[in-house]
Amino acid sequence: MKEKILPFLGAFFAKGVRMLALLLVVSIAAFALVSLSPVDPVQQYLLGAGPVSEEQRAQVEEYWGVNDPPVERYFNWLSSLLSGDMGISTLYRRPVSDIIGERFFNSIALMLCAWLLSGGIGFALGCVMGAKKDRWPDRILKKVCYLFSSLPTFWLGLVLLLVFAVWLAWFPVGFSAPIGMLDSEVSLWQRFYHLLLPALTLSLASFSNIALHTRQKLIDVLEDDYVLFARARGEGEGTILRRHGLRNILIPALTLQFSSFAELFGGSVLAETVFSYPGLGSAAAEAGLNSDIPLLLGITLFSALFVCVGNLIADMLYRVVDPRIREERR
Amino acid sequence: MKLFRWKNRRTRTLCYMTLLGLLLLAAYLFGLLIPEEAVATDFMNAKLPPSLEHPFGTDSLGRDLFFRTLKGLSVSITVGIFASLISAVIAVLVGVAAAVGSKWLDNAICFVIDLFMGVPHTVLVLLISFALGRGLKGLLVGIAVTHWTGLARVIRGEVLTLRNHPFVAVSRRLGKSSGWILRHHLLPHLLPQFLVGLILMFPHAILHEASISFLGYGLSPEQPAIGIILSESMKYLSAGLWWPAVFPGLTLVLIVLLVDKFGDNLKRILDPYSAQE
Repeated sequence: MKEKILPFLGAFFAKGVRMLALLLVVSIAAFALVSLSPVDPVQQYLLGAGPVSEEQRAQVEEYWGVNDPPVERYFNWLSSLLSGDMGISTLYRRPVSDIIGERFFNSIALMLCAWLLSGGIGFALGCVMGAKKDRWPDRILKKVCYLFSSLPTFWLGLVLLLVFAVWLAWFPVGFSAPIGMLDSEVSLWQRFYHLLLPALTLSLASFSNIALHTRQKLIDVLEDDYVLFARARGEGEGTILRRHGLRNILIPALTLQFSSFAELFGGSVLAETVFSYPGLGSAAAEAGLNSDIPLLLGITLFSALFVCVGNLIADMLYRVVDPRIREERR
Repeated sequence: MKLFRWKNRRTRTLCYMTLLGLLLLAAYLFGLLIPEEAVATDFMNAKLPPSLEHPFGTDSLGRDLFFRTLKGLSVSITVGIFASLISAVIAVLVGVAAAVGSKWLDNAICFVIDLFMGVPHTVLVLLISFALGRGLKGLLVGIAVTHWTGLARVIRGEVLTLRNHPFVAVSRRLGKSSGWILRHHLLPHLLPQFLVGLILMFPHAILHEASISFLGYGLSPEQPAIGIILSESMKYLSAGLWWPAVFPGLTLVLIVLLVDKFGDNLKRILDPYSAQE
């Protein structure tokens, strides 16, 4: 048992170190990018505060360290970041960590629904396509997949909004809760009801990747010798699919789904904006538009962390389940 | 497709591609040639549903949406072409450098690619566009520097396998220089990858252009761009104005599908294994 766990822990540790290095470089790059921006953060901050004298402005500049060299500013920011202080959002006038925490809860609910839905739809369609290769269900579904992969996420959202919220009035037009209600009054069902349409948008925009991938894997598996042997033994197509097909394609599909966190987050920026859903994605878009640098930096780092965790899970999943990779490392 | 059944697949695909290319060119030129008056504001004719006179209807300021969409499309196509061209060139340079350079360089490049893939695409383009002060420049640079990673990986892999082929080893033994091998052995193999990669990158580029404009980062609001038209249409969606949301988006999807098809066909023709099927 011990010799099985040790290499696994080693790999986990190596990946973790690489992930931290990646995050560090992301923080440097993101900081460099926002420092490049022609937008004056002090001006942006003071915009909401009314008229200020030159002296007050100088005080704010002093407090924020605007006149320090960029490298020094970066280290100041990094050290406060490491102690848990991500700065104050200039748009919401609240600590960035509070906003991220609150919005992440909304976002994770949305993304989890979309993730499960797109995984489920994609995997099921992929199995059907793979099992019926080159027959009519495959041909039609393949076209559908290609079509959905070329749809812009935000336009898909707009059309769903138009059809289901405006014309059929089955769903609300947006937001995470009914307007004019206190947060505590909103029931779980209402939250889910408001989340369904954005989640559907997000999953429809992303299921084709997993579907096409699963199709290809299943076709490869079904062409293998052991499937031929199973057929010769007289196993039915359904049994073959269950015994040999599904077991072989489930893990690659799951891995792919875990490594698709980047697209998921990117799509959520658009889906949340269309539905005015208060999640991290729409916060990122607003932060950039309103030159809210602390929030933009915070969300960028957070999204990178999110993607890294997804990739780490995908990688570890392979290691746990696939003996070939496990053996190779030893 | 029935029309071309009498020819082999190669000829058929070539005919099809020429048609697609002409169609794209026509859409692009048509959009450029539309005079400003055709999309001028006209409050008398605001919010008209689609009719023969205005095939896509008019928007809240009375601008003809058909012409506006076409104009937006040619802006999108321009951005798409430039961005994917820059991206593809970066991809080839980086991919080749990673494959033929030292181990250290290869590791560094792979790390940078991981870095680009580690931040969600949309967030990265937002950040770059923000750094360059939004506007067309930010949009173009943002899209150009974020789309090369996938193709760079493909090119790197291709060069790595090519280098191990016997004909490269023979050339090297015969005393040919690295430059000669690059020109005569590597580049001819990379050219199809480059072309196909370039064309298949284009739909991604215009989809991202539309998305970023939609979020309000790209072009200024007066400019006709699909993203901007769609973002304006959101305000009137609940009032039942469906045509500003549906038609411009549909046109964008059509162009994306056409270019995708074009790229797929090109890939089949250029790949010696599937060209003669």
